[in-house]
Amino acid sequence: MIEVRHLSKRFGRTVAVNDVSFDVRKGEVLGFLGPNGAGKTTTMRILTCYLTPDSGSAAVAGYDVFDDSLEVRRRVGYLPESAPLYQDMDVTSYLKFVAELRGIPREDRKRRIDAMVEVCGLGSVIGRGVGELSKGYKQRVGLAQTLIHDPEFLILDEPTTGLDPSQIIEIRELIKEIGKERTVILSTHILPEVEATCSRVIIISEGSLVASGTPEELNSAAGGEDAIHASIRGEIAAVEAALGAMPGVRSVAASPGEEGFSTFTIKVADGAGMGEAVFRTAVQNGWTINELRRQALSLEDIFLRLTTQDPGNGGEE
Amino acid sequence: MKNMTPILKRELGGYFNSPIAYIFITVFLGLSGWLFFKTFFIVGEASLRMFFGILPWVFLFFIPAITMRLWAEEKKSGTMELLMTFPVTDAEAVLGKYFASLLFLVMSLVLSFIIPIFVALLGDPDPGQIVGGYVGAVLMGGAFLAIGLFISSLTENQIVAFIVSVVFVFGLFILGEDFVLFGIPDWLVPVFSFIGLGGHYDSISRGVIDSRDVIYYVSVIVFFLYLNVKSIEHRK
Repeated sequence: MIEVRHLSKRFGRTVAVNDVSFDVRKGEVLGFLGPNGAGKTTTMRILTCYLTPDSGSAAVAGYDVFDDSLEVRRRVGYLPESAPLYQDMDVTSYLKFVAELRGIPREDRKRRIDAMVEVCGLGSVIGRGVGELSKGYKQRVGLAQTLIHDPEFLILDEPTTGLDPSQIIEIRELIKEIGKERTVILSTHILPEVEATCSRVIIISEGSLVASGTPEELNSAAGGEDAIHASIRGEIAAVEAALGAMPGVRSVAASPGEEGFSTFTIKVADGAGMGEAVFRTAVQNGWTINELRRQALSLEDIFLRLTTQDPGNGGEE
Repeated sequence: MKNMTPILKRELGGYFNSPIAYIFITVFLGLSGWLFFKTFFIVGEASLRMFFGILPWVFLFFIPAITMRLWAEEKKSGTMELLMTFPVTDAEAVLGKYFASLLFLVMSLVLSFIIPIFVALLGDPDPGQIVGGYVGAVLMGGAFLAIGLFISSLTENQIVAFIVSVVFVFGLFILGEDFVLFGIPDWLVPVFSFIGLGGHYDSISRGVIDSRDVIYYVSVIVFFLYLNVKSIEHRK
């Protein structure tokens, strides 16, 4: 259990984190979302005792990050952004060093290191210098380092940045796997990542918490708007007018496509049954449809909506 | 203090895993040996006084080169964030790094035993003076290291750490020199000559180990290590 209460941190005159409160329950994978510079890293650094808060408090497993800093650090595995590593060591001696610092008894170290090599797929680079590894392997060494003491809590700061698509998928799978029995906080600004790995999401913007909940909850909180995509052959203005006149339609946007078909994006309050209505309208008018699908508001839209609202609405103070 | 050892081992390994250690030791032995033997045969005296006399000037450049990377590199590469989020206290981290650098210095000094051995083959040097000289070298070197380590924690640029350390140590070293003492008001003279790093070394290098000098060096070391812990805390 991680509890964050009214956390604030400023650097000089910049407010990095402003009165943020949230909880992470045991066994949860929490996605920590926000644009660059929103305060994600600062919050994570406070939770891992690298920084101390100016006001408010944070506790991990009941231990305060300031008063019981060492107890917190023992229980947390932290992967800082871009996975910094000691470049002058080789993979094995690096993992040994971390195992020793983590207080793993001498007789267990080899077993733990072997397990990490297995879990993180490091077998092929085991004796290599950390400095010569590719970005993907560095990230994996970083993860191995994070997991070596089998921590209850994992805090991962943008664990997939700089990786190629297949590596991203691998790392996500790995996080999902290890997140099954641990409490994980994962920061990112890549939205599909959250949808793929997280059970709950927190969105932070300009240092303040703007939303929190499951992806579904966020959807309804953001206004619960659906969209229908239809590709219709007909005169654009006429189709737009007919679709716009249907009950429940908020807006219609058209973009010309190929072979006389145009793509229409129809925003509606409630998507249920709307596809059929669009189909019927098209049939009545003798228009041809070659695509018709309903699309719920994506996390991406919610994110953009919540993080780009005008400052008077929530950003500052 | 349990976690000091892995850090110490890592830092010491850091010297020897890369060419740094070998280059440093070669340059250190080559430079101090050459400067010593250049005049040794002219003077024609089986004494190491000249050797211990040039050691502070070699240390002036050698020691900041040992300490410059210790914190600056951690800050630059971001591993500082890693290190300080391990269950390690700030003091453990500072002491681990300090003792690694001290051990490296002691190793270099042990290798320089070739010089007294060579002199002993040619003549009959005073062993008391040699022992005193080496004790003084470790104490003075230890003080330089504490200063250099502290300065390294203030920047993420190794070159800046090196230059500032050289300038600072040089300033502290000449503080007690005669030409500085002539230029200051009389009441400041005892203060300056006490603070100056050099005066305390002169008597030890002659083979006289005075507790005041030992206390002086140990206080300098403790003071700068304390400042170092504070500067590491300051990031928060």
